[in-house]
Amino acid sequence: MTNKVSFDPARRGALKCLAFGGAGTLFTLSAGILTPIDLALARNGDPDKTANAGVPLFVQISDTHIGFNKDANPDVIGTLTRTIALVNAMPKKPGLVIHTGDITHLSKPAEFDTAALLLAQLNTELHTTPGEHDVADASVTEYFSRYGKPSQDRGYYSFDHSGVHFVSLINVLNFKPNGLGNLGAEQLEWLEKDLRGRSASTPIVVFAHMPLWTVYAPWGWGTGDADQAMSYLQRFGSVTVLNGHIHQIVQKVEGNITFHTARSTAYPQPNPGQGPGPGPLKVDAGDLPKMLGVSNVTLKRHPAGISLADTTLA
Amino acid sequence: MKIKALFLTSVLLATSLGARAGETVISIHEFMFSPTAMTVPAGTTVRWKNLDGEPHTVRSLDATFKSDALDQNDSFAFKFDKPGTYRYVCSIHPQMVGTIVVKGTN
Repeated sequence: MTNKVSFDPARRGALKCLAFGGAGTLFTLSAGILTPIDLALARNGDPDKTANAGVPLFVQISDTHIGFNKDANPDVIGTLTRTIALVNAMPKKPGLVIHTGDITHLSKPAEFDTAALLLAQLNTELHTTPGEHDVADASVTEYFSRYGKPSQDRGYYSFDHSGVHFVSLINVLNFKPNGLGNLGAEQLEWLEKDLRGRSASTPIVVFAHMPLWTVYAPWGWGTGDADQAMSYLQRFGSVTVLNGHIHQIVQKVEGNITFHTARSTAYPQPNPGQGPGPGPLKVDAGDLPKMLGVSNVTLKRHPAGISLADTTLA
Repeated sequence: MKIKALFLTSVLLATSLGARAGETVISIHEFMFSPTAMTVPAGTTVRWKNLDGEPHTVRSLDATFKSDALDQNDSFAFKFDKPGTYRYVCSIHPQMVGTIVVKGTN
């Protein structure tokens, strides 16, 4: 349980080698709070900020969109491959990878199969929640036949890892017209029961695909009944709420709850409200790596806390 | 002149949408079903064609019809035999909504 910095010069060198592609977010647990650290920032210095990064807890990968082949990124397999190489090159590899959805672009079996082959290279425990692109087949079976087991095909489940309680929620089914994401009464009831009786000092990580707070309602960037879920989480000292979906980083802290949306490893999307809708954003090839990424979370024991780091492949 | 050009454009559009005989086409463009609301006689086949680079789906709220994900230029057709009002959404972008009203043929 060392607090030693994990961003050593060798690693900075490794990061520099990655000229193109998507990364993620690194999460560290520190002083009871999960905080994201921008790994690109870490790479560029400010050792004080990264010195207490803590023990890597998990990496968040999101919106890999395997099957996407348009101009915004004709090589989503390449950018995911580079992301995986980045994670595998971490000096202290986190024990968990969380994929916050849109594994595929069109819910096609071949897309899921390709994604599975790539993600297997992480050689790490993988947890997922589906995005709406993963449940876009008319029968809504492709995702669940592969990733439905932990939740018994309900799409929501919880587990514990390193003293942290993780909750995976699903908010991409049963959309209402003009609606936001939706959790539904059954899932909310389950969540309340799942959290009941847990110590308020247990760090909680909640992840879903669509934002569990309203980022931009006209594009459906939010979850209609998320407030109900948040009311069950308020009593906990450290709550981190993660999502993907919007292909850009937006963060918010509300009391003890930190909200963080991750970058995509595939392509960026416009800022809220810019353009006709939340489609792929075409940028210069040279700028693309800066707009793709992963998140990484590490854990610090004494005092316990969580912090987050975002990495780009730039 | 302008009107003629407009007419030509719509003819070209209808052709490019791949309308088949006896089918009515709804285009999906810039995150909109167009036309958003449509009234058709019973027995009409409606075809939705996605012109966006972003995939969309067509899902009726009562589950009468549902498409797979439609990539650019993919289309989905459904024949409306039963009169009624069918509301539908894109399950990827639920802000996209549409309505088909099917009238009885009497």
